Amino acid sequence: MLAALVIIFREVLEAGLIIGVVLAASRGVPGRNSAVTLGILAGIVGSAIVALFATRITDAFDGRGQELFVAGILFFAVVMLAWHDVWMAEHAREMTRELRQLSSDVVAGKQSLFALAAAVAIAVMREGSEVVLFMTGIIMQGKDTAGELLFGSAIGLLLGAVVSLALYLGLAAIPLKRMFSVTGALVTLLAAGLAASAGPQLSNAGFIEVLDTKIWDASWLLSQDSSIGRVLHVLIGYMDRPTGLQIIAYAVTACTVFALAYWRGSPKPAQSSLSA
Amino acid sequence: MSFRSIGRSIANPLSAFALLCASILAASALQLVAFSAHAAEELEIEIKIKDHKFDPAAIKLQAGQRAKLIVKNLDPTPEEFESNDIGFEKIIAGNSEATFRVKPLEPGTYIFFGEFHMDTALGHILVE
Repeated sequence: MLAALVIIFREVLEAGLIIGVVLAASRGVPGRNSAVTLGILAGIVGSAIVALFATRITDAFDGRGQELFVAGILFFAVVMLAWHDVWMAEHAREMTRELRQLSSDVVAGKQSLFALAAAVAIAVMREGSEVVLFMTGIIMQGKDTAGELLFGSAIGLLLGAVVSLALYLGLAAIPLKRMFSVTGALVTLLAAGLAASAGPQLSNAGFIEVLDTKIWDASWLLSQDSSIGRVLHVLIGYMDRPTGLQIIAYAVTACTVFALAYWRGSPKPAQSSLSA
Repeated sequence: MSFRSIGRSIANPLSAFALLCASILAASALQLVAFSAHAAEELEIEIKIKDHKFDPAAIKLQAGQRAKLIVKNLDPTPEEFESNDIGFEKIIAGNSEATFRVKPLEPGTYIFFGEFHMDTALGHILVE
């Protein structure tokens, strides 16, 4: 029962933190709730499918299937988050002024919602497939009764959801004017962290042989296994022992998304001289 | 563009961040030079998982030795073979096996574990 509680809590929290940030980052976008709900549902269906084909995925490509698969969905998630972030940067001012006249951008808005739903679906699918595999294992062992299992999972789910909700409410409490710069930066770092975690996958698959040793070791300061380390790892991609490849992936992704959002979202020259 | 706006654009956080990124890139490039010459032979090690325990649970490696871990899960249940110290994490389905590549390591003890059975599935690699 305890094992179920711990695993479910951890996986729900990891997906939940991402959903919390993305939700806060898209406040005021019409239709975002249904997009996120759809994303979660698609993610749950995806987890079951991934869990079902787990062995085949692992064995694919000469035993490198799982690494390639994970790296692939990580890159997809990075692109989706970046897209959403840049779109929000373009429209944050309209939304902070609460004009909400996004009529000319209805199409763009729908595209951004697709990115939002896709990012959520990937987060849920990644963590969810682990839950499904873990649970099938526990059920096969038959040590725990169904009641115990359900109880443990329910508490794990609840705890994970509560912590994620607390993060969302904390972000939502930031005044609207500042909130989009905070959440925009957070989504950017989230994307950078995901890009960085794709590095070891490719290196473990044997595709990248260079820059795969750690550059520094900060585990004495803040271990990635500690609860704070874990949360920071999910939110901003904290790594206690990053490899050169991870640092490059992180920096390149963060710089690119920051630059894109800054460039697309920067006010027109005439307006900026007025506000200066 | 006025002088003031140029000054502001230099001082803005984006430029500072870009500078930081550039210096990290430079540091990483140095690492590349340092390690590209290193190409050791790969050692193959087999680890079995039975009753949610590793056999062997203790492995010895030479510093700088590349290794390939072939982890055979003999249990019917899936296991997630993971090491934060080395940097891998992969699910191995019941009654199947998976391969893990271990990069050249510095001397020390590196813990690995099965995330689905943290109470029994524990092991380490000792690098000398």
